[in-house]
Amino acid sequence: MSPSLRDRILRLSLGTTALLSGSVILAVVVFLFREAWPALASGKLSHFFTDLKWQPGSERDPQFGLTPMILASFLVTVLATIIAIPVGVGGAIFQQFYAPAFLGKFHDRLLELLAGVPSVIFGFWGLTVLVPVINRWHPPGQSLLAAGLVLALMILPTVGLTARSAIRSLDPGLLKGAAALGIGRPATILRVIVPAARQGIGAGCLLAIARAVGETLAVVMVCGNIAQIPHSLFDPVRPITSTIALEMGYASSDHRALLYAAGLILVILSGTLVGWQSYRKESFKPRQAG
Amino acid sequence: MKIGRTGDTLLGAFCAVAALTGVGALIWIITDLIQLGLPHLSPGFLTGEVTESGRGGGIGPILVSTVLILISCLTFAVPIGVGCALWFAEIIPEKSHVGKLLSASIDLLASVPSIVFGLFGMVFFCQILGLGFSILAGGLTLACMILPIVIRTTIAAMQAIPEDLRPAAAALGLSRSTTLGKILLPRALPGVIVGITISVARALSETAALIFTSGYATRWPESLGDSGRSVSVHIYDLAMNIPNGAARASASALVLLILILVINLAASFFSDRWFARQSATHSAIHG
Amino acid sequence: MSRFVLTITAAGLFLLHFTSCSKLESSEGLLITGSSTVAPLVADAAQRFEKEYPGARIDVQTGGSSRGINDVRTGLAKLGMASRALKTDESDIQAATIAMDGVCLILHSSNPVEGLTKDEITAIYQKQISNWETLGGNAADIVVTGKASGRATLEVFLGYTGLDSADIQADVIVGENQQAIKTVAGNPKAIAYVSIGAAASEALAGTPIKLISIDGIEPTTENVARGVFPITRPLNMITKGEVTGLSRTFLEYLKSDRIRDLVETHLYVPVSP
Repeated sequence: MSPSLRDRILRLSLGTTALLSGSVILAVVVFLFREAWPALASGKLSHFFTDLKWQPGSERDPQFGLTPMILASFLVTVLATIIAIPVGVGGAIFQQFYAPAFLGKFHDRLLELLAGVPSVIFGFWGLTVLVPVINRWHPPGQSLLAAGLVLALMILPTVGLTARSAIRSLDPGLLKGAAALGIGRPATILRVIVPAARQGIGAGCLLAIARAVGETLAVVMVCGNIAQIPHSLFDPVRPITSTIALEMGYASSDHRALLYAAGLILVILSGTLVGWQSYRKESFKPRQAG
Repeated sequence: MKIGRTGDTLLGAFCAVAALTGVGALIWIITDLIQLGLPHLSPGFLTGEVTESGRGGGIGPILVSTVLILISCLTFAVPIGVGCALWFAEIIPEKSHVGKLLSASIDLLASVPSIVFGLFGMVFFCQILGLGFSILAGGLTLACMILPIVIRTTIAAMQAIPEDLRPAAAALGLSRSTTLGKILLPRALPGVIVGITISVARALSETAALIFTSGYATRWPESLGDSGRSVSVHIYDLAMNIPNGAARASASALVLLILILVINLAASFFSDRWFARQSATHSAIHG
Repeated sequence: MSRFVLTITAAGLFLLHFTSCSKLESSEGLLITGSSTVAPLVADAAQRFEKEYPGARIDVQTGGSSRGINDVRTGLAKLGMASRALKTDESDIQAATIAMDGVCLILHSSNPVEGLTKDEITAIYQKQISNWETLGGNAADIVVTGKASGRATLEVFLGYTGLDSADIQADVIVGENQQAIKTVAGNPKAIAYVSIGAAASEALAGTPIKLISIDGIEPTTENVARGVFPITRPLNMITKGEVTGLSRTFLEYLKSDRIRDLVETHLYVPVSP
């Protein structure tokens, strides 16, 4: 085979794989649309935003309000992120600058391991250990707080590991420069390292947020699943994913189509998040070397 | 100077507390699992058949199904993902419209919740492609899910390769395929392997996408068209559907954790060695 | 590079080969979907059946009674499982009862309340009674645990109390029986309704829950068998039209007394032939 022919085959096959990869998301969206179509076409979608309650099984007064669930997905995610970011980034800084090497390695391994724990284990642990503790404090235990805590644990590895690698991949000259200028360690970390690694840490956090929005099986066990607007941290909530997990196997016709539509809304939500991130990346960083 | 010392202690203390909180919670979970599950762990548990819906016997067939799901997932995700990344990193200009579009679609795919992949897989692979609830359908669904991870890590690895290698290879008159296959890809390999490791851990721990696609069967799988549950689905079923299943769910979870630990260790050992060799040759070339 | 392409092609062929094989083999396969209450029993029966009839392959997939009925209607599954009787508008399909089960109320074992009446239960689930003190228990708010829409247990419970699902004022909503049991086990103030079989076997294993009497009748398998326990339900296999081949053989097997001991280990009540 001549080199130019080989190059052409290479281009073609790589292009094909790229086309395939790019079209997966298209296929996902198209099929969600297809399954959700009965609900969209009959105008049932407006129920999502006009109905106040979620009682799809009621014969007397079926209602399909999604607003409390969108709010719940949002609140649970925000709570988890508020907890996980300081813990994750703090842990990464501790490991890089304060801890002895062997402890750092241990911390790393543990986080990697945690990244592989199935979500159902977190849910199971949350339901049998965490929820009773919160319940003693303020019943019923299954609550916004429980869901936020369990989710925070789940996204901690993502935040921690990306923060660590963002810090590690910084130019060592940065540290030397700061030392040469006589800047102390805390100032170096807070004023030089963290801002320099901001991009990487931010990308990790976004990944974590997307994971939190979409997490299902852990949340469904600890959130209480009441579709309501919560008034405190101790009120039960029901995120969108919980509804899909609880009802998909049990739904037929219109109800099923509405659940697919809820899935579509979930994709749009997390898609917006990602779109915003890439927009931010473009405007903050006009040019990147390499 | 004194203020600096105090600040250092404070920051150090805060970060130590942060690290300890995270680590503490994890150790708490793992201790609970060990307490509940360890008494059930034995060689027979790893190889035995599932009896009484999981309350008796072992998880032998489930481990086999898990490996088959993983193989069929990686068979699709790795070549397609790496190919796509190479195309993106080496062939099209990043700033082109196609490049931006591809990049956006990969990011979007990464943000799709796993349960949505489950819904998609159930309709597309199981019903439309007629695969039914099968190991192959589960593997393909997982492949869609981990594709962005493989692509992103491979792109990052390709971009970390020093820029001067490419013009140098071109100056030597090497064809693009030779440059890619013999020079660039080997250098990016550790990064690619790390990416695959992350993907494998993610795929192993995935439950929501598999419940709807790979099915529940607990017998020994005979082909990829068979239904077969993964370890994570088994854990879910034991914990949620089977009375008195908690202990064996924990034992299965321990097995899964050990599996993930071994994979992580192997990958990190491999990529460390690779890095050492690469930098050795690098310094040999550049003096 | 060509090696790379070759590997992909080989892998593709390998997978193709595997799938084409399975298409031929699955001719003796049977897919059963439906109720998570019936599934463990049918799965155990299927495992025994496969040993007695080599070559038969039965896949049992959990997903709820509605799904079992739906899958049989669309033809996705030949047999469905439902843990309730068929409704009047479901006359296009047939049900065969393989066992009986009851739905009982469970409390944490530290709760002093031993029994409730139908009126009390109805009032609790509408939040008309919201403190255990009113019922002779400790002064504490009742944590009402309900079930998610579409679950057969919910429908059986609604049928018994005469409530509509919109009437129920729950503090926590759960999916599977196990989630309800774990919720009550971790919460001394909670009340939930679950399958007697699932609750009794957990209570036997030492989980801190107790099954309480309704209108003075204890939730035991004997009382379900005698038909005196107020909330009972059939565990059904659902079919549409004439069933043949493996589905028919397995259905007959399930109805026979060869799975009687399995029904009893699951703490359900065998139907007298």
